[in-house]
Amino acid sequence: MRKMKTSLAALAVGLMAQGALAGDVRVMWYSDGVEGAVIKDLLDRFMAENPGINVILDEVPYSVVQEQLQVQLEAGQGPDIARVTNIKALADHWLDLTPHVADPDYWRENFGAQADWMRPDGSDAITGFMTQITLVGGFANKTLFEQAGVEMPGKGATWDDWVEASARVMESQGTVAAFAIDRSGHRISGPNISYGGVYIGEDGMPAPVNDGTKDFVGKLVDWTEQGLHLKDVWVSASGSTYRAAADDFINAQLPFYYSGSWQIANLSTKIGDLFDWVATGSPCGSAGCSGLQGGAALVAIKYTQNAEEVGKVMDYLAQEDVVREFSERTLFLPGHKGVNTKGGLNWDTQDPNVGAALDTFVAAAADVLPEAQRLPAWKWGSAYYGALVTRISQVMAGELALDEAWARIDSDIAEQVEAAQ
Amino acid sequence: MATRLKHMAGAAAVAPLALLARVLDPPLRALQRVAGQGGMITFFLVPNMAIFGIFVLLPLCINFVYSMTAGPELFLAQRDWVGGAQYAKLLDCEDYTRPATCDEDLFWTAVWNTARFVVVQVTLLVVCATVTALILNRELRARGFWRAVFFFPVLLSPVVVGLIWRWILQRDGILNAAMLDLGLDPVNWLIERGWAFAATVGVTIWAHLGFYALILLAGLQAIPRDLYEAAEMDGTRPARMFWRITLPLLMPNLLVVIVLALIRAVQVFDEAYVLTGGGPGTATLYMTQYIYEVGFASLLKNPGLAAAASILMGGVLVVLTLVQLGLGRRGESKGKAR
Repeated sequence: MRKMKTSLAALAVGLMAQGALAGDVRVMWYSDGVEGAVIKDLLDRFMAENPGINVILDEVPYSVVQEQLQVQLEAGQGPDIARVTNIKALADHWLDLTPHVADPDYWRENFGAQADWMRPDGSDAITGFMTQITLVGGFANKTLFEQAGVEMPGKGATWDDWVEASARVMESQGTVAAFAIDRSGHRISGPNISYGGVYIGEDGMPAPVNDGTKDFVGKLVDWTEQGLHLKDVWVSASGSTYRAAADDFINAQLPFYYSGSWQIANLSTKIGDLFDWVATGSPCGSAGCSGLQGGAALVAIKYTQNAEEVGKVMDYLAQEDVVREFSERTLFLPGHKGVNTKGGLNWDTQDPNVGAALDTFVAAAADVLPEAQRLPAWKWGSAYYGALVTRISQVMAGELALDEAWARIDSDIAEQVEAAQ
Repeated sequence: MATRLKHMAGAAAVAPLALLARVLDPPLRALQRVAGQGGMITFFLVPNMAIFGIFVLLPLCINFVYSMTAGPELFLAQRDWVGGAQYAKLLDCEDYTRPATCDEDLFWTAVWNTARFVVVQVTLLVVCATVTALILNRELRARGFWRAVFFFPVLLSPVVVGLIWRWILQRDGILNAAMLDLGLDPVNWLIERGWAFAATVGVTIWAHLGFYALILLAGLQAIPRDLYEAAEMDGTRPARMFWRITLPLLMPNLLVVIVLALIRAVQVFDEAYVLTGGGPGTATLYMTQYIYEVGFASLLKNPGLAAAASILMGGVLVVLTLVQLGLGRRGESKGKAR
């Protein structure tokens, strides 16, 4: 009797720990825009077609995915599937779906280009697929430029050109700053690489901050001191906390905003027809005009007790027509080779700014430099981004000199690598 | 008749408790015969101590073990034992007053920011709470309303407090809009270092003032009125009455307020984090936020270092509390000696 009681208690604890019953598939999902409603709709359809599988969609804030998922994973817990952006650093926790999906070759063919972003180095596992491919790039308030009588810089314009033109708009229209870049190490890495920045050393480990990175960051700090770059965004937090400047752009307080393609739906929804805006791609530096690719992946978690059911859900969501519908409704750039090759996406929007912006980002993908192409699949990207944003914002706040910041960035990265190994 | 009804209602209300006491009496008497009087004390304390042990002492011990390990893993068995390396890293400093010379400069920045915050905030809070309690203790018109006004912020969630004040103080917030209407230049309250620090101090005082004022108000109301009446008859000035009667008799309550405010100030996090995010730069980065960011929020987390920092912070809190209690006891014994 005692043995039976013990077994029942262990079973109860196990079930609670897993958080899902046999046949249940729990999905942790965050949303930037409307994608939560779209995935819910798609999963409802999946459950109607697969009555034996119950998919539970846990919609959570992005901060929960960033801060709590890793803790759950380290404890061998967590959902069965999760939508994540910290894809590479946590790759050891992803499930190899190869034995659980119907046609692994379909996955390799259509999602192979980003497969290394979401699996450990040297692995050939299929761990998930990108729900969206993002590209860092700029947006300009066309109406403000027109009102100011300032010509918008064209293709091939440098960061100096854009800042100079935006400064003239700022003076004419009385905006709070000429431009802003999101407070994110990822966001400034495209510009750093455009000026010759190199993050990945020859041994695959983080390289010391080089002259290219120093060039752009030095400019950014100068522009901040001159009041051209919106100081609030970068100094309004400590550590590696993310801050977007989207609201200032939406409120027509910025002629130029450097963020990324994932903002398109947000800008379209909130700006509406209040003013015209355009995507600009990435301004150029001395080495190129590179943005940085990235995105959100849907990955299976290896601690799942329902791997077969997880495979079926992932197979369903990875279908070409499902990916196409998801992308069209969410205004996200798809990461599916078949969808991209066939093209002809029918974006679900009446906003004329959106189609043009998406086309600009698709075209800008060709400008991504090799160093930037390697970063999404590089394990130590997060360490680099975190150190950059922490120390550069201290420089902007007047707490550190740039020379001190370079030394701190190098030592921060080295310590984080050591702590994580 | 009314008194009899009241007695009957009172008897009816305590009847279940009386019944319970009668039911429990025989087994408890039997237990006392076996365990003795000392054993009964243990018997009644065990449930509380068990809860305290499981939810406070055990996590504290686990946290201490964590602080001796390194790596991103969560399970202790998988983590590398590094002894005191995390503490050594935190304490590795050429000059403790200059965080830039320290290995973990952000830790020392947070330490000094917290120290500055504690001194300024606790001093102002205690003074403001005392003044508020003295005013609310007077015969004011609508005294109940004013007491509620001062206590209301205590009922708000810290996150709500932070958000409300952020909307007021941010660049395009309500305060700057009002200043523009008055023809004044707007101020970037949360981006300028001095103002941001003042904002965290002011907002936390606003949020907690009512609670501490209430404790002091209870102390003021316990002071016998006849002491003031006798002093008045002797022609004592109000200021002298405050220093010679009010303050000494309010001291036990003040001590409680100071200890609670001190502990709360060292732990400051939620309101300040929502309000300033630790910025500008690291001007309002306080200890708890440092621990939170290192252990939970950074892209590559370091729970061992965060645990070591929290143990050091806990140690400081224990020392401060013991000093306060020691001073309080010395004051009490001096009072008795007189």
